[in-house]
Amino acid sequence: MPVTNYRTDQEFFVDMQRCIGCKACEMACSECETNGHESMIHVNYIDRAVTVQTTVQVCMHCDDPVCANVCPADAITKDEFGVVHTANTARCIGCSNCVMACPFGVPQKKETYDLMMKCNMCYDRTSAGKKPMCATVCPTQALYYGTREEIAKMRPNSTPVNNFIFGKESVSTKVNIMMPKGSTSLIID
Amino acid sequence: MATDKKDNHWKEDFPVYQLESTQVSRRDFAKFLCLVSGGLAVGSGYVAIKANFFPPEKIAGEHFVCKKYELPVGGTRSFVIAGSTIPYILIRMENNEFRAYEQKCTHLSCAVFYKPGSGKIECPCHNGLFDAFTGEVLAGPPPRPLPRLEVVIKGEEIFVKDFKSDKENSERSNHSAT
Repeated sequence: MPVTNYRTDQEFFVDMQRCIGCKACEMACSECETNGHESMIHVNYIDRAVTVQTTVQVCMHCDDPVCANVCPADAITKDEFGVVHTANTARCIGCSNCVMACPFGVPQKKETYDLMMKCNMCYDRTSAGKKPMCATVCPTQALYYGTREEIAKMRPNSTPVNNFIFGKESVSTKVNIMMPKGSTSLIID
Repeated sequence: MATDKKDNHWKEDFPVYQLESTQVSRRDFAKFLCLVSGGLAVGSGYVAIKANFFPPEKIAGEHFVCKKYELPVGGTRSFVIAGSTIPYILIRMENNEFRAYEQKCTHLSCAVFYKPGSGKIECPCHNGLFDAFTGEVLAGPPPRPLPRLEVVIKGEEIFVKDFKSDKENSERSNHSAT
């Protein structure tokens, strides 16, 4: 088994409210040559006709990743640190099952490559003890990578939440969303 | 998925976790070794018992193969004795003698063929060569001579019967003499 310097005490915290849509994260992500200069993080407009508010969507690295469960080619796997890796290019058949299955809308199929590509939490960096590129460049710290103590000190009025309820389906994730203090889950219908 | 109460045994065969898919446990490996070595032991035992306690039955009596004129000189005819599945070939040699052998090479049971004019029986699989007059191995990997049948000619009809080597024949005559 390869030895890594992955820091298990650090986690990803996403604060949607702080996103200013600068797309620095997208630029930083697409600088990475291990994902073919494509951005694996997506900045979305909530309702562009009405507001300029944007949100940012990284892979949530679910505890029971539905994208990996529906993959007929066993291309998507999860490692011992809980990182759900992007599709193994030797195995991915471009069927888009994962794209349709993910409740967060994270995996995207690149038609030019006929491959699914998604965020793998900058595994090339995090496995070397560094922070993901998007989190290091985010000017508003809408994306933050660090310990729980750090985030509690920085955002005393917010609580990190990693339980999401989609109808009757409950999904717990490795990545946290910052919610108002005292929240335990995010109900999405 | 997380709230799914259904039986998820299929995940054992298609694990999402890299560790589960790449590592074979010591116990699983030991089970596999036991199964394979057990299978080999049982298989070898079966072969040994079959060879030592159940020898192949000798051919009883004479069996008609064909008429003499049906087989040209240098020609062969394959046949099977009733009640058996072993293929045999009958050869009419160039000097008008007849020979009958099992058609299975003693190496790996490939079908052997007579090469007309050469006096040799050839196994094409690994270039085994047998003497067409005696069945002895001339070349190649076969470990034993080809099992032979004795050809008996009665008028125009050709029969085969169990082949007794010269040694066996002499032993029998000694027995009858004493």
